Amino acid sequence: MKQVTHFHPALRVVHWLMAALILFMLLIGVAMVSTVSSLHALLVSIHKPLGLMILVLVLARLWLRFCTAVPALPHSIPGWQRAMAQLSHWALYAMMLAQPLIGWAMLSAAGYPVTLGGGLVLPPIVPINNGSYALLRSLHSIVALLLFLTIMVHLAAALLHVLILRDGVFASMAGKRKR
Amino acid sequence: MTQPSLSNRQKLTRLLLVAAVPLALILLFLWAGGWLTPQRLSADKMIVALEQTGGKHPGYRRNHAKGICILGDFIANGQASSLSRAALFAPGSTPVTGRLAIAGGNPAAPDYAVPVRSMALLFQQANGEQWRTGMNAIPFFPVATVQGFYDQQEASRPDPATGKPNPASMQALVHKHPEITHFVRWVKQAVPASSWSSEQYNSLNAFLFDDASHHQHLVRWSMVPHTPRQPITAAEQGDSDFLQKDLQQRLAKGPLKWDLIITLAGAGDAGNDASRAWPADRQTVNAGTLVINRAVPQREGKCNDINYDPLILPDGIAASDDPLLNARSAAYAKSYNLRTREQSGHSL
Repeated sequence: MKQVTHFHPALRVVHWLMAALILFMLLIGVAMVSTVSSLHALLVSIHKPLGLMILVLVLARLWLRFCTAVPALPHSIPGWQRAMAQLSHWALYAMMLAQPLIGWAMLSAAGYPVTLGGGLVLPPIVPINNGSYALLRSLHSIVALLLFLTIMVHLAAALLHVLILRDGVFASMAGKRKR
Repeated sequence: MTQPSLSNRQKLTRLLLVAAVPLALILLFLWAGGWLTPQRLSADKMIVALEQTGGKHPGYRRNHAKGICILGDFIANGQASSLSRAALFAPGSTPVTGRLAIAGGNPAAPDYAVPVRSMALLFQQANGEQWRTGMNAIPFFPVATVQGFYDQQEASRPDPATGKPNPASMQALVHKHPEITHFVRWVKQAVPASSWSSEQYNSLNAFLFDDASHHQHLVRWSMVPHTPRQPITAAEQGDSDFLQKDLQQRLAKGPLKWDLIITLAGAGDAGNDASRAWPADRQTVNAGTLVINRAVPQREGKCNDINYDPLILPDGIAASDDPLLNARSAAYAKSYNLRTREQSGHSL
């Protein structure tokens, strides 16, 4: 595979778009289950179509990730950090893919119509069952928390690279500076 | 790399920034989830308040815990389709999975002890959309706001010393939410019917019907019984499950019916105050007939799996600005999460 210094431009666009959408989604999620104000219904009505959008984006992104050249990490980075970076990236992909599917399955198990507004309804993907709902509903919260924490660690690492190490790792996704 | 190296001071400032950005986002996350504002009303607090008045009964709904599943169809006559484009109002039949219940969090409460009965329905449209509604056999809601409902639960919590609600806190409730006096007056003269089948169930909250040309109509609705009202007999008063037995006896003889009556708001009728009944002269539309054929104990019935969230609405019906609707939706979801987890025994 050819040597590159940056991620593919399409992958960079999808990365930053998804970063914003997922953070927004996680905030909406915790707010909508807690609030009893008029925000509740509004947030729920955003959460479902936005979840589907993220699912579509993550599939497109996985395809881009496998089909485009990935820049190598600089030699200055020790092996254990490379391993951690690899692990956290695949954990992020796994959670980004799983979370919308868990949400969809959870609504299906509860027998809720997965409405996207304007009369659009997604088909159920698991049969109606209180036990599956209970499990999937808890899983949806757990994955949300893990995803949020992993993103925070990922963000801290990115800031460390751009502000202190200045080794081009951040630029490979941000897309400006040439190494 | 040709960048100048950082001084120790620069390194420290930048390191602080590395930590500060994620920390700020974590604070935002905690704030959004309500963890930084424990005084703010939340779905959790509503459920805790209900558990304190009704007692803890794992595996059951946190309110209207005692009930029975019902099955049938809604036969629309088409008259409401000029008000709402929802498919279920077009002439034809829509399957319904419902539940009749009594108010309160105690699933073993004697039927006679609880004057407020309820009917919850799920209309399953062929296009996958659903209409879920929870109605009560009262003419208007006791309070207008979410805070009012919360305060009402707190005030009606039994005092450990007397086993009864504290009169002083009831007085404070009336002072803080004066609209409740209408309800208190109504309760005093209300005589519950001898059967779920002869009660009229009202939406209480207002909703918006959206017609084919996207005009919105502020409405409330009622299920008006075909079964005539009869007083409760002495034998029934002594039977803690007389409502369920009566229902099964009646269904053995034939289906039970209600008309779905839509009431249109007049000028000046508020959509955001469920504590006020609209004047009796408002225009009404008979949308069709609910026909119930069968009843099943709730633990074996399909209704056990259903959260009758009043904001699960098909295209053509939308929420009004009634603040109670959002709180009902959020609190019902919390109750559903808890009871499904308790029923299945998952520890996640």
